[in-house]
Amino acid sequence: MPPHAPPPKRYWEDFAPGQVIEHGPRRITREEIVAYAREFDPQPFHLDEEAARHSMLGGLCASGWHSCCILMRMSAESFVLNSSSMGAPGVDEVRWLAPIRPGDDLTLRATVLSSRPSGSRPGMGLVNVHFELFNASGVCVLSLKAPLMFARRNSGIAA
Amino acid sequence: MKFFEDLRVGDRFELGRHTFTAEDIKSFAQRFDPQPFHVDEEAAKRSHFGALCASGWHTASVWMRLMIEYHRREDAERAARGEPSAIFGPSPGFRDLKWLKPVYSGDTVTFATEIVELRASKSRPDWGLMTIRNGGANQRGEPVLSFVSMSFVQRRSRTAS
Repeated sequence: MPPHAPPPKRYWEDFAPGQVIEHGPRRITREEIVAYAREFDPQPFHLDEEAARHSMLGGLCASGWHSCCILMRMSAESFVLNSSSMGAPGVDEVRWLAPIRPGDDLTLRATVLSSRPSGSRPGMGLVNVHFELFNASGVCVLSLKAPLMFARRNSGIAA
Repeated sequence: MKFFEDLRVGDRFELGRHTFTAEDIKSFAQRFDPQPFHVDEEAAKRSHFGALCASGWHTASVWMRLMIEYHRREDAERAARGEPSAIFGPSPGFRDLKWLKPVYSGDTVTFATEIVELRASKSRPDWGLMTIRNGGANQRGEPVLSFVSMSFVQRRSRTAS
């Protein structure tokens, strides 16, 4: 392969159990934490340092839904945009394990758990992925398990 | 928010509704989920969705906002009666989230939530843990979103100080 060739597009067949995809780190700013919170989750511990200090979370931190959005964005940049992604039917489980603070450098790890062809759509397959976000201290701040849908190679599905 | 002691399993709240415009859908997706079917009408037409549709994270984020706004309205009503409100605490997570149908541009989704379990927190005596089943349905009444989430809610008994 020439040195500057883009990585090949991933289809359903290219995901195998045990495979690990890593991406990042990405620095999270106070501005983006507050901007998301103002729009979608205006609770004091996501908006204001002083109010956050007295809360159960002990300081300003990102909304849990924002952390899912950050994970989605990092996954998109990492492999989803260069794949035959057809979206996801849902999310099995999300655990917000530790707060994400302003200035945190987050790394994404996506581990393929299992994979199967779709029973109802012959051109599609499902891949179960365990996503984790780690901060710079190696603490897992978010754990998310979800089935992802991908078109199969040569299925003719525009994806 | 009501205090933990005042909540009952089976309590159901209609949180409000939101219309997802194309502009709204694309603006969210460009920031968080820039897959072609969420950011580009033409690409979306060619996709299995058949038209521009909202990121599932967008639908869920709007649920969160309407949930907060609902409880703010209730807090204001309690304040007008001179009654205190409980603090809505953080959440340890959620499960069984299903994006049951795409939310297309122009769709109006009505969100609701129902309490399914209440238990005291063993580790945090000032708080109870509330489990709620949450959903959204479009203007045709078709469910588009469903999930079960947990949240800490302040207990009345510990607020006297």
